[in-house]
Amino acid sequence: MSEAMLSLRGVTAYYGAIAALKGVDIEVPAGEIVTLIGANGAGKSTLMMTIFGAPRARDGSILFDGRDITHLPTYEIARLKIAQSPEGRRIFPRMTVLENLQMGAAVTQFAHFDEDLRRVFDIFPRLKDRASQRGGTLSGGEQQMLAIARALMSRPRLLLLDEPSLGLAPLIAKQIFSVVGELNRNEGLTVFLVEQNAYHALKLAHRGYVMVNGQITMSGGGLELLERPEVRAAYLEGGR
Amino acid sequence: MEYFAQQLINGVTLGSIYGLIAIGYTMVYGIVGMINFAHGDIFMVGAFLALIVYLALAALGVAFAPLALLIVLVVAMALTALYGWTVERIAYRPLRGSFRLAPLISAIGMAIFLQNYVQVAQGARVKPLPPVVRGYFWQSEGGGGFVVNISNVQVIIVLTTIVSMIAFWLIVTRTSFGRAQRACEQDSKMAALLGVDVDRTISLTFVMGAALASVAGLMYLLYYGVADFYIGFVAGIKAFTAAVLGGIGSLPGAMLGGLLIGLIETLWSAYFSVEYKDVAAFSILVIVLIFLPSGLLGRPEVEKV
Repeated sequence: MSEAMLSLRGVTAYYGAIAALKGVDIEVPAGEIVTLIGANGAGKSTLMMTIFGAPRARDGSILFDGRDITHLPTYEIARLKIAQSPEGRRIFPRMTVLENLQMGAAVTQFAHFDEDLRRVFDIFPRLKDRASQRGGTLSGGEQQMLAIARALMSRPRLLLLDEPSLGLAPLIAKQIFSVVGELNRNEGLTVFLVEQNAYHALKLAHRGYVMVNGQITMSGGGLELLERPEVRAAYLEGGR
Repeated sequence: MEYFAQQLINGVTLGSIYGLIAIGYTMVYGIVGMINFAHGDIFMVGAFLALIVYLALAALGVAFAPLALLIVLVVAMALTALYGWTVERIAYRPLRGSFRLAPLISAIGMAIFLQNYVQVAQGARVKPLPPVVRGYFWQSEGGGGFVVNISNVQVIIVLTTIVSMIAFWLIVTRTSFGRAQRACEQDSKMAALLGVDVDRTISLTFVMGAALASVAGLMYLLYYGVADFYIGFVAGIKAFTAAVLGGIGSLPGAMLGGLLIGLIETLWSAYFSVEYKDVAAFSILVIVLIFLPSGLLGRPEVEKV
């Protein structure tokens, strides 16, 4: 494999004395969608935040474009054009939809704000109708759209999506996955996707990783993982 | 009636000063969730810096009052802002992420330090400012009865307050810095994920609060003509009361609360007892905390997540 855009090497992270990540290796090559699946509490969201240095990796290293970003402050990592739609969406509740999007565009110095705004409104027309409404008054699905739109406003080179389908109606979740797929195909956007909805995620992704208790237990092509009986048993048919 | 009108005018003037200080409390509370108990003393330092700059200008022979006041305002704001920045840097930032009471205790320590520092450096005696602005802007035609006065100082105080508050309001609501500041207030972790340097934003918040407090310091000095090392304590607690009354964290609330506390205190002094005017203000604090803990314009803590 050629040089990956993002690579994690032996990353560990702790909450107090509890090890949340126990030596994680992940490669996200440029132009691909890579997904990380796993059960609740496996450490997926922690991993997403550790890429941003909050919590900071205790051991191991995180490389972006070959540059070691393990010890950079969170805001400087964001300025490298890594954007995240985080767990829980984290919309600014007392800001309007437009202001939330402006916050997303801050790292671009608003160089192409109008153009980017038009683009996200094209992708999520619902947000355009709600532009002057406060973030806290949006429905869950709308907040999810806003969180992704806000991340896109920075023209990210790498987009981290933490459970974009969580709590959404299946139809909206499907719509969000198809948007992610289109952005990847049409614009070559690199995406690192964390999901519990393993079926959709693996179908969409070029490559997948399975995380259990803070460790990567399996990896491979998206469709290839989907075929594996262990994956099917644990993440696809297990709960049904 | 004339007497009441006069008290209203005095109350609005005093309320302007409280409002300017209250903004510093409410803004810092909004962004770091602590009460900066040293803020009243930053106001006091601001008053002293204004006094020193004014006297220095007078010694240099700057006699034209509007020019002198303008220079005093700008220089005092800059220097006081530096104090605000330093206090945050030394006493609060190292404690961020520590338990909630730690910065509060540190703030009280900072307040004591600032008072003693000024007492040692400037002496404990009351320092007078020579009268700079004299005369009346307007006087009622008093037909043998009570004459209502609006002095030039009062006009300057109210106008300066309005201008500062508008400027400040525009910064918070219209600029990208203000937006980043509100983002930090609502979710600092997310703000960092979007490239906002949260520590720097917090520093600048302290700087803005201190600058407004120094405006209040200058206004206080013009109004009362004196300053001593202890003025920050009572004025600070009253401004804090104003911030709580308006709803801590709410900027319009701080302005409104300041105005109300100024009016209440003045009217209480006028009709009941000057000796017990502080009791009036602090009773308000108690009553608000018991019956209306989120204040007049504060938001109740209900939010869709």
